[in-house]
Amino acid sequence: MMLMDLSIPELSKLLVARKISSVDLVKESYKRITAWDGQLNSFISLKDKKIAIREANILDKNRTKNSGALYGLVFSMKDAYLALGTKTTCASNMLKNFKSPYSSTVYQKLKSAGAILIGKNNLDSWGHGGSTENSDFGVSKNPWDQKRVAGGSSGGSAIAVASRMVNFAIGEDTGGSIRNPSSMCNISGLKVSYGRVSRWGTIAYASSLDTVGPMAKSSEDLAYVLQEMAGADKKDASSAQKKLDDYISNLKKRIKGKKIGLAKEFFSKNIDPEIEKIVRKVAERLTRLGAEIVNVSIPHLNYGISIYYLIALSETSSNMARYDGVRYGNKRESLSPETIKRIILGTYALSAGYADKLYKKAQKARTVLIDEYRRVFKKCDVLLAPVTPSKPAKIGELINDPVKNFLEDLYTVTVNVAGLPSLAIPAGFTKDNLPIGVQLIGERFHEAELLNIGYKYQQNFRDYKKIPTTIKN
Amino acid sequence: MKTKNKYKLVCGLEIHVELKTASKMFCGCKNDPFGAKKPNIYTCPVCLGLPGALPVPNKKAIEWIIRLGLALKCPINTFSKFDRKHYFYPDLAKGYQISQYDIPFCGPTTLKTTEGIIRINRIHLEEDTGKLLHQTVDGEQASLVDFNRSGVPLIEIVSEADIKSSKQAVEYAKKLRRIIRFLGIADCDMEKGGMRLEANISLKKDNDVSLPNYKVEVKNINSFRYMQKAIEYEIQRQKKILSKGKQPIQETRGFNPQTGKTFSQRQKEGAKDYRYFPDPDLSPIFFTKEQIEEIARDVPELPSDIKKRWIKKYGIRDKCVDRLVKNSEQVKWLEKLFSLAAKKQINPNKLVKAILNKKINCDLTTSVNKALSLFVTQNSKKQLDIRLLEKIVNDVMLLYPAQVEAFRAGKTTLINFFVGQVAKKVGKGVDIQQIRQFFEKKLLKKK
Repeated sequence: MMLMDLSIPELSKLLVARKISSVDLVKESYKRITAWDGQLNSFISLKDKKIAIREANILDKNRTKNSGALYGLVFSMKDAYLALGTKTTCASNMLKNFKSPYSSTVYQKLKSAGAILIGKNNLDSWGHGGSTENSDFGVSKNPWDQKRVAGGSSGGSAIAVASRMVNFAIGEDTGGSIRNPSSMCNISGLKVSYGRVSRWGTIAYASSLDTVGPMAKSSEDLAYVLQEMAGADKKDASSAQKKLDDYISNLKKRIKGKKIGLAKEFFSKNIDPEIEKIVRKVAERLTRLGAEIVNVSIPHLNYGISIYYLIALSETSSNMARYDGVRYGNKRESLSPETIKRIILGTYALSAGYADKLYKKAQKARTVLIDEYRRVFKKCDVLLAPVTPSKPAKIGELINDPVKNFLEDLYTVTVNVAGLPSLAIPAGFTKDNLPIGVQLIGERFHEAELLNIGYKYQQNFRDYKKIPTTIKN
Repeated sequence: MKTKNKYKLVCGLEIHVELKTASKMFCGCKNDPFGAKKPNIYTCPVCLGLPGALPVPNKKAIEWIIRLGLALKCPINTFSKFDRKHYFYPDLAKGYQISQYDIPFCGPTTLKTTEGIIRINRIHLEEDTGKLLHQTVDGEQASLVDFNRSGVPLIEIVSEADIKSSKQAVEYAKKLRRIIRFLGIADCDMEKGGMRLEANISLKKDNDVSLPNYKVEVKNINSFRYMQKAIEYEIQRQKKILSKGKQPIQETRGFNPQTGKTFSQRQKEGAKDYRYFPDPDLSPIFFTKEQIEEIARDVPELPSDIKKRWIKKYGIRDKCVDRLVKNSEQVKWLEKLFSLAAKKQINPNKLVKAILNKKINCDLTTSVNKALSLFVTQNSKKQLDIRLLEKIVNDVMLLYPAQVEAFRAGKTTLINFFVGQVAKKVGKGVDIQQIRQFFEKKLLKKK
């Protein structure tokens, strides 16, 4: 039996009963990383195994019956999070020697819940990309087909979960960066509402869109992780004061009568018919669980790419201004061509004479989109949508076609623009055995509802249990 | 017919003032750059602009700028926000400064000077930058950055180009400083850079209606005297250029106190593009009417209004009281003192003079009663020995028997004549009141 295959509550039970130990978990984690990470390139940095075992030992000794669900579990984080003393590169040569002088709130929370950070995952540098190809630390590979991308930008974290190297991982979603690789690697990933989880200590891509979220095997596991990491933070003025729901106890609520919206704009011309078929199959399965399907429309969804990229790149051009040779010892030329392109585009969109036509117009359109989503949620409880229009691309295929590359983000970006939560879950496979996910989009702060539906779905349909045969052992 | 054209000054001021809040504008670091014993001790991820750090606004600083706005009768924007202003400089940690662009906390107002009204365009809140130090380290020239000042709350008061003379510029700036100090929100220490002046200076011909199409910015002036000199120097310099039919270059200049001259620092390549946009880390700020009213309750009566009221109520003369009004605590104390003095019919102007000459302490810990009785004792005149007085009075009465008769017959105004005679004999500094009372008794007794 592989411990990494078990769910968080299952592991927690075994740990508390002292049938297994955190040391066992850590050892298995390192075993799998040693076996597969050379090929997959999920990690940028890894904690020394001896140190991790020492930490696990201490946790094992101090475990009580009341220890929380994450106590003694193993996790990794996208390398965009600061954790005191760890190398934090954001997958860019600019920060290749940067050590965190302080810790992110999410790391601190998970650490005090007893979780063990074993390493930091690869990403598209600065979050600039959707395939983890734009990394100065090499491409990450999809465990389902190593010739293909794992998605991004939180690609490394998705691989770590999919190939059972960790119990869960922390990703970051600005325009789909959690959902896209989750979908492509057959795991579950939650993009939270803007403001639900503190951004303190997260290297910013686009501040008004960035969200910190969990990635795990199932909706159930996500609920356990979210419960620990969410909440208001005095250090993040954009974090919401809103009370936390009980995500765990909400999982088991009945979903009968839930109205699932299908917006026609999510099934645009360029969607892969195989993917459309899978999404519609999920809709049908949900009706079997008692949900109702409602047809709705989000007329301006098609402008999503323009709106998102104008805002995201404007913000990133500003956020990137602090990285220079004076402070980090590496010149601006050490940024990747993709990042330089994004800085130039954003700078242009904010420049005098252009800002009115570009940045400001995008902000107005953002309000329109927020409004359209609001209206849709009067007709349904959640929206069901594809995550990407295409299956995982071959490495090099999209990165060399920038426009097509941007268009791949159409189904995910508007969720960030509107600040909504969205849960990506495994939904099926293409004929060539590539995983396809779907997303459930909810009203702001309705994470509990999404996890509830996701859990009920996964209780009945077990695509999420599958792992690639090549890395089974 | 040729008209001889004279040149007129066109000048506006930008004034920066560091607020004296306990902590910095967007983090919890101590706000004490001048008191810091070492560089970079009051710093954290936020004011160092480290990756992942986020700003959280200082509520007190926002309340204080609104307090200033209300005191100056600015309209307060109940919807406001912070914007990012981008430029590169080694002392700017994030590559942008958090400032306010199109919606400052405080809107336009005016300030009176003896040479006319000056319009204030806006007052906004921003963060200060770090400080560059150019030193020799291990025998090498080095530029060092001290971030103790980075993130200190800074207000900027922008005037319109209404200033017509260097003297008026000084009067305007001094008046603002006084109000700011009075509100207790900043020390405005000019030497340390707690208040920094920037003058935009150009000249136009007497009969020109429109503004000149150039301006010269003189930056970082750290005294009123230097500002006056800098403006004077610029007037002469620009006049020379203009009278040759040329136009001064649009540029930023500095002022050298040693030479009394301004010097070119950098020429502007057209308009700067700061790429302002709303800071996505900071939500817009909304105020309710009630919140503004609450801050308004903390706005004390301003020095100029106090002066006016005191002139009316206590008969205090304008000029002398000016120097007393430093802060509202003191004003409260003085108010008590003056009203008590009025009750006791003590001359308030003499009282003010005594305070100014430091004969009585305007010490807030002493009671007003004590201070006043001290003043009375200090001012009570020399009391003559009764026997000596009796002798002198007798002498005077013997010298002027006719007048004594007249007085006793009812010509009481003669009392002044007698008092005058006595005063002549005893010399200056005697208590006239004592003599008068004594005389009256004496004259009436013998009736």
